[in-house]
Amino acid sequence: MLGQEVTTAVEQFAQRRRSPLERLQHVLHAHPSISPLLVLIIAFVVFSSINPRFASPNSLSLVLQQVAVIGALAVGQTLVILTAGIDLSAGAVTILAMMLAAGLAEGGGLPGVVAVLIGIGVGVLAGLANGALVTRVGLPPFIVTLGTLSVFTAVALLYTKGQSVQATDLPGLLNWTGETFPVGDFRISVGVVLVGVLYLLVGFALANTAWGRHVYAVGDDKEAARLAGIRVDRVLLSVYLTAGAVYGLAAWILIGRAGAASPNAITDANLESITAVVIGGTSLFGGRGALVGTLLGALIVGFFRSGLSLAGVDDQYRVLAVGLLVLLAVTVDQWIRKVKA
Amino acid sequence: MTTTTPVLSARGLVKTYGKVVGLDGVDLDLFPGEVLAIIGDNGAGKSTLIKCLTGAVEPDAGEIRLDGAPVHFRRPQDARKAGIETVYQTLAVAPALDIAANLYLGRERHRPGPLGSVLRMIDKKGMRRDAEKALTDLGIGTLQNMSQAVETLSGGQRQAVAVARAAAFGSKVIVLDEPTAALGVRESQQVLRMIDQVRSRGLPVILISHNMPHVFEVADRIHIQRLGRGAGVITPRSHTMPEAVAIMTGATTLTETPGQT
Ligand SMILES: Nc1ncnc2c1ncn2[C@@H]1O[C@H](COP(=O)(O)OP(=O)(O)OP(=O)(O)O)[C@@H](O)[C@H]1O
Ligand SMILES: [Mg+2]
Repeated sequence: MLGQEVTTAVEQFAQRRRSPLERLQHVLHAHPSISPLLVLIIAFVVFSSINPRFASPNSLSLVLQQVAVIGALAVGQTLVILTAGIDLSAGAVTILAMMLAAGLAEGGGLPGVVAVLIGIGVGVLAGLANGALVTRVGLPPFIVTLGTLSVFTAVALLYTKGQSVQATDLPGLLNWTGETFPVGDFRISVGVVLVGVLYLLVGFALANTAWGRHVYAVGDDKEAARLAGIRVDRVLLSVYLTAGAVYGLAAWILIGRAGAASPNAITDANLESITAVVIGGTSLFGGRGALVGTLLGALIVGFFRSGLSLAGVDDQYRVLAVGLLVLLAVTVDQWIRKVKA
Repeated sequence: MTTTTPVLSARGLVKTYGKVVGLDGVDLDLFPGEVLAIIGDNGAGKSTLIKCLTGAVEPDAGEIRLDGAPVHFRRPQDARKAGIETVYQTLAVAPALDIAANLYLGRERHRPGPLGSVLRMIDKKGMRRDAEKALTDLGIGTLQNMSQAVETLSGGQRQAVAVARAAAFGSKVIVLDEPTAALGVRESQQVLRMIDQVRSRGLPVILISHNMPHVFEVADRIHIQRLGRGAGVITPRSHTMPEAVAIMTGATTLTETPGQT
């Protein structure tokens, strides 16, 4: 009898009226990409009212080309963060893949296709190193990738002796990603198209395959995933391998964008890719988020850079604004994770 | 009874965690179509025992047989593939995934045709529909929205999801580690009825519970676990509840209290 009464009280609690704030919390919990979408829209409206040139096809095309590399890195970063990890080596892997591919192809040493594949292969091997250290040795991803960040950076610098390779010394295919073509009034680069395809492919796999579900389950609760019959180590390894391949692809896009392969390129890439993921609503605690949020996050970073520079303010305001956005995003994430039934 | 081969049997299971002894040489037999309850104080080794039987942990020593043939489960999916479904005490659900995703976690169904075979797309709609059916079959009507994240469910509802998963997929043995601990009176009765249904399908069940009335209502035999060892096997007819509790707590032993035969 007592149990019956408790059940009723529980049921009453479940049916209580929700305050508007609680309802917002529920909506954001179910659709974590809403907040970055709102931020993106507000940023667009504000920046184009400050300087109408912001919304011009020219300037928007440039934003897309600028965020392509960070956007690509953020795909790999999203996968790793979904498993409750973090990849501090993303930028270093990209540089290493780029320098090895460019170095070997320099002056017609190798055909372009082979150089591109070598770049991706280097990324995969780097991912294998990260993944093996995480799954076999059992080290935390933060520590592993902090170590490999230094190792990969050093190897890239030692290999190149700090020298860049100019685009003119490289096979055409390596620079192809920087070529642009008109789409209406916009100018789209091949790199931007590749990044678009990348988002579609990985987004599809995350949302529609068993592998995607397992990535979420492992990030959510490793032990529960193991008991539910998921090969946790295999899933983790596959995530680091995929992320590595993505960084290898990003290296190709970077060569085209920069018109050269320089070991000192994209120094902020790690932090910016993590920023895009976090602003995009993917939880640093793992198991929650979506690639579409990361895309929005990368665009937000691009909007802030272009918008604030067109507004004529000091670049430090961009750094400030992006920093505040990250803090806001993490706070919102913390709040929506406390959602009640 | 003595001539029947046990569906699942264990001999001399040992499992230690560093200096902590989880299991100290435990034997267990599960016969076809029976409900075997395991009772014991906190830390008596009940969960460790069923974890060894279901591949969640590997025993340090001992032997497990399925239908008389030795088996060696290295991970939970090995036991699952052999038809043993388990509701672990910790439930093992992924909180951020929805109810249907959790029911099919680790055995997602693919869509028919090239969408499934080439693109590896999973059949979300079909799994959602069948998940709903599995829960309705269990008499759990309070869960209507299969795309609700499990973390937004109450403790009892989560337990219901885990039990439904085991009931829907178990084909040889179903193991339930305290499946009614968080359930209300009505839901507990439903789980007990489910155990009854499973038994009438001919499937044996291992049930761990601290709830003596439940155990005595549903069990055919009761394995008593005490301080990592088996303290004997009784039945609801051979012993009373107070006697079972006395053996469980060490106030008496099975030799001192042999019970009615
Ligand atoms: N992962 C582990 N690491 C260390 N010790 C463990 C671990 N799991 C269990 N133990 C220990 O093994 C012993 C048996 O634990 P077990 O969980 O099997 O008990 P139980 O009978 O299921 O208890 P309860 O009724 O509380 O669920 C306890 O002393 C426990 O502390
Ligand atoms: Mg237990």
